[in-house]
Order: sequence, then structure tokens, then C-alpha cells
Amino acid sequence: MLEIRNLHANVEGHEILKGIDLTVNAGEVHSIMGPNGSGKSTLAQVLAGHEAYEVTQGQIIYKGQDLTELTPDKRACEGIFLAFQYPVEIPGVTTNYFLRAAINSIRKHRGEEELDAMDFLDVVKKKAEYVEIDSKLLNRAINEGFSGGEKKRNEIFQMAMLEPTLAILDETDSGLDIDALKIVADGVNKLRGPDRAMVVVTHYQRLLNYIVPDFVHVLMDGRIVKSGGKELALELEQNGYKGVDDAKAGTEAVTS
Amino acid sequence: MAHVKEDKNTYLAHFDRFEQGGAASDWFLPARKTAMARFTELGFPTTKDEDWRYTNVAPIAKIAFERADRSAIDGVTAAQIARLAMADAVGGLLVFINGHFARDLSIIDSLSAGLHAGSLAAAVESGDAVVKEHLGKHTDSVTQAFAALNTAIVEDGAVIRVESGKKIERPIHVLYLSTSTASPFVSHPRNLIVVGECSEVTVIENYVGLDGAKYFANAVTEIVVGDGAIVDHYNVQREADEAFHIGTRHVRLGRDSCATSHTLSMGGKLVRNNVGALLAGEGAECTLNGLYTIDGEQHVDNHLRVDHAVPHCDSREFYKGILEGRSHGVFCGRIMVREDAQKTDAKQTNMSLLLSEEAQVDSKPQLEIFADDVKCTHGATIGQVDEDALFYLQSRGISAEAARSLLIYAFAKESVSKIKVDALREQLDALLLARLPQGASFRESA
Repeated sequence: MLEIRNLHANVEGHEILKGIDLTVNAGEVHSIMGPNGSGKSTLAQVLAGHEAYEVTQGQIIYKGQDLTELTPDKRACEGIFLAFQYPVEIPGVTTNYFLRAAINSIRKHRGEEELDAMDFLDVVKKKAEYVEIDSKLLNRAINEGFSGGEKKRNEIFQMAMLEPTLAILDETDSGLDIDALKIVADGVNKLRGPDRAMVVVTHYQRLLNYIVPDFVHVLMDGRIVKSGGKELALELEQNGYKGVDDAKAGTEAVTS
Repeated sequence: MAHVKEDKNTYLAHFDRFEQGGAASDWFLPARKTAMARFTELGFPTTKDEDWRYTNVAPIAKIAFERADRSAIDGVTAAQIARLAMADAVGGLLVFINGHFARDLSIIDSLSAGLHAGSLAAAVESGDAVVKEHLGKHTDSVTQAFAALNTAIVEDGAVIRVESGKKIERPIHVLYLSTSTASPFVSHPRNLIVVGECSEVTVIENYVGLDGAKYFANAVTEIVVGDGAIVDHYNVQREADEAFHIGTRHVRLGRDSCATSHTLSMGGKLVRNNVGALLAGEGAECTLNGLYTIDGEQHVDNHLRVDHAVPHCDSREFYKGILEGRSHGVFCGRIMVREDAQKTDAKQTNMSLLLSEEAQVDSKPQLEIFADDVKCTHGATIGQVDEDALFYLQSRGISAEAARSLLIYAFAKESVSKIKVDALREQLDALLLARLPQGASFRESA
């Protein structure tokens, strides 16, 4: 589904990604772990198409097409979803209102009929249960005055509504207490399926107790330095990123 | 200087017709004469005047506008008015064409009990006691040149009076339509709204210019809010592209009264709003809400002055502007808290959204506080469309163009949602959406 080859990317002239290779197949959950500043969030933003990040080398092939040529909205229409690390507050636009616009934009792209208000609300009701989000929140301006946990739940709720084929979760666990973490992880697990792939970016192993990945990759200084199964996450938990770093001289690493 | 003199000559000539006297309206003649003398002394303001620093009215001064005549009324059809009238939503309609009252196009035959609405000229003619008591008493014709000019040569406008203790359910709509004429014309609409104790009323002043119309509307509205009364007032400007509009409004609030005055400027080449509120009775509450959207070379200047004269009053100013092209917006909000006005709670907010590199905003708060136990805050923001919000919406599948429109609309929505008259809110909503690319697509559930 997704094939990243030798990906290099810059922000404001600084090279952050220095040659990433990653293959993600349908049905798989990949976890990207790494210390702060290693390029995890940059990778997530590059996949979603943020224009502040410039791809300087390499390729991102998604469902057989070059992703870098698509605008962020077209990527979403093709089934890519990014759960933001810092969801944006947008005064004046309610979550429900904008989601309906988003869903219909995606449906139109796929040549499907647009959802009317009634059908839309039916889906909202069902999906809101996934993440135990209060439907009153959905009639408020997007993320405005939401707690950290509410914002993250709103992200997963949107993911449930948009039913992406490739979901990228950028530090969805940060700032969550254990109850909220369980709710969010539970919502994510319900969305796992044979046709859907997920890339879970996290700093901590804790999230992976709840969302069990098929593959774990360690990202350091813009490169994937180690890949393995879910047991790699446990290894990191015990030894920290330092242990991985020993194999790779000259990199500054932060112990979690 | 000879040039400036000539500017005034246009209006001195317009004044001639009143000077002879000998009419039933002679009681107002001394006020006219005083005002004309003041206008002659003051002349048109220049950018050297602090209050006019950002707004140059030389383009108005240099055109020799003609007095509008009544003949234009014949060229306007009932169908044209019907499109603008919101007839189903209002409880009375006063129509003025190029400043002249069009009785046949108006609907004032079945007004609610306790409500009186009609032409100012007729009321001045008949020596109406309320008009005699209030006309010209609440607006400053001594230092304000345009108000003085209006007082001097006003011909007509609306008089709306609500008796005490009456709740008027449906809004009164005063429609000023300006048409395309052979030469540019000037009109001086003058409105007087007097609301009795504990009454409630909604008044919409609606200024609309037809395509190609060239004119100068110099409007003055005086609003007297009785003790315990509630007034919701709208001033909507959809003037023609080549039109000049100077609008002066003054609201006097009695004890425990509540008044909201909305200023919605959506058209015109040069628009200046002078909005003044005098909190004259304890416990009064005043809200000034404003929104303007401009493009091209348009210029809109909102000058607000809120005068807290007595204790325990609240005032809220909430003005927003959306600017595109090379347009220029000005906000100047002056809050005066007098020595006695303890426990004043005044808040001023001015937010501007700049959509182009060349658009420009000048925002100036001015607080003059002479009491020591008050709460006064002001805030101004000037910004562009938020890039993070744009990316967020795009990442959910919404095109860049639609996302931008949605964010602009959301910015305006906060002001529009304060409009309590459904029909008017829907009209403005549609107007806003029509200007936005892909705006129509998010109308339905908005």
C-alpha cells in the first residue's frame, strides 16, 4: 500500500529526514518510535502533505502513485488520514459541519453520492460511540475549548468517520491520562482491518500495550536505524533509545 | 482656499430653498440656519483633523452633487422593492427613493398598536410634539460637519415612535434605495426613533444602491431609548460601487434600557460610520456590533464613541472587518468613562482579517477614564487566514479554496450570528457566501 524509498525532507532549509525506507502493507500496523527531534512528526506531516516540508529526494508511492504530486486534500480523498499531534482549534466552524463537508468532498472524489443531513447524523451517532465522545462537543467549534483528551478523541472520531485506508497517528497518546488512552486505543483497534494500514508514531512504548503493532521501527536522526516485531518496543522500554544508539555512532539520543 | 469655498457653495445653494421661510415647518428653521452656519465655518474635514486622519473626504467635497428630485420614484417598480423588502418578516415598511418618501411603495397602514411610523417631512410640517422635542437634540451639529450639513438641508427620513409599554413583535424596515441618475446626487436621510418606557422594538435601516448609481448619502439617525426599553437597531449598507456614505448615528440610553446597534457595511466606495452611544441612565446596557467586507479600492471607516455618563452601565463593542484587494479599513473606538460613572463595564473588540498583501487596516482604541472603580478592556487583532487551520481542513479532504472560504465565512459568522432578525441574517449570509469561492456548497447546514 505504502512504499517510502530513500526519502529526504527539509524544513526551512534544514534536512530532517535523511533517507527513510519503509514498506507498509494493507492490514498491517507499524509503529515508528524514536526520541524527540528524530523526525517522527516530520514523517507524519510529509505523508499528509504539509507544504512547509519539502521533499528533496526519494519517493513516496501510495497505491501505485507518487504521493508527493498530490495536494493534502487529494491525499485525504485517496484515503490518507493524519491524526494530529496538536489538533488545531478553528473558531466558528463546528466539527459536525466541517466533517460533513469533508465526507462529501471525499465521496464526490470517489464518484459516490453525497450524504444528506439525516444519513450523516446516523453515522455520527454510531461513530461517536467508538470513542465515547459527547455529541454536544461535535456541535461546538472545532476543538475550541476542548481538553487535551477531547481533542485526541475528536481526531479518532474523525478517523472513524472518514474511514481511511492509511491512517497515520502522530503521538496520539501524548497528553492523555490512562482512561483517555484506553478509550483512544480502543477506538483505534476497532478500526483495524485487513484493508486498512496504520502508522502509529509514538515516543513511548506505553501506547503499544494497547495498540499492538505488527512492526516496530526506530527512527533516529532522520533514518530508520532498527526494525523488528512488537518485542522491539519492549526492548526499547528496558534499554532506552541509548541501546539502539550504541550501534550507531555519532548520534545524540535522548533516553525516554 | 477658493476651491474649498466652491465645495460649500453646492450646499449653500441647496439651503436657499429653506431660507425664505413662510412654511408650517418654520419652527425648525432656526436649527437649520445655525447648522448651516456651523457647516460653513467647519467646512469638510481634512486628514489633518485627528478624527479624519485615515479618511480623506476630498473626493466627496470636489463633486458638485445635485439635489435629488422626486422623479426617480416613478422609475422604481413594486417588484424591485419586493425583492428587498423582506415583507413577510416585517411589521412595517418605509421606502425612500433617492431620499424621497415613496408613500405608495411603503406599507404603513396596519402598524401594531402603539407604533407610529411615517415620513419626517410630514411630521415636521405638522409640528409633531415628539419630533419637536427630539429632532436634532441628540446629534452633534456643532463640531460634526456632516451632521450639521444634514440638519441644515435635511428633506426627509423616517420617524418611528413607540408608545410606552408596547412590545412591537415585528421589525420596522426603512429602505433607502438609490437609483442611477443623469448626474450624481446627494441625499440627507434623517431618522428619528423614539422608544417609550419599557417598550421593545426592532428597526432596520437598509441602504441599497442600484448598479451604476452615483450619489452621496449623508445620513443621520437619532435613537432615544426610554427607561427599561429594549431596542435592536440595524444599519445595513449595500451601497452602489460608486457611492459615498457618511452615516451618523446616536443612541441615547435611559435607565435600565438595553440597545444594540448593528452596522453592516457591504458596499460603497467610501463609507464612514460615526456611531455614538450615550449611557445616560443607570443600569443601561449597550452593544455596538459591526461587520464590513470590502474589496478593490473600497474604504470603510468605523468611528465609535461610547460615553458612560452614569454608574453601573455596560457597553460592548464588537467590530470585525474582512479586507481584500487594495481596500482600507479604519476602526477608532473611543470609550469615555465620566467621573461619576463608577462600576462601568466596557469592552471593546476589533478584529480584522486581511486577505491580500495590499489591504490595509488602521485600528485605534481610545480610552478616557475619569472614574476609579471600572472595568475597561480593549483588544484588537489583525491577521490573515490561519495556515494551520487551512492545512487541518485540507488534510480532511476539503480543497484549499473551499477551506479558505470556510475560514473566512467562519470569521464573519460570529458577527452575522448576532443578527436576531432571521430574514436579515439569511440575506447577509447569502450575500457573504455569494462572494466566496465554493461558498454555495456550505450554505445548507451552516
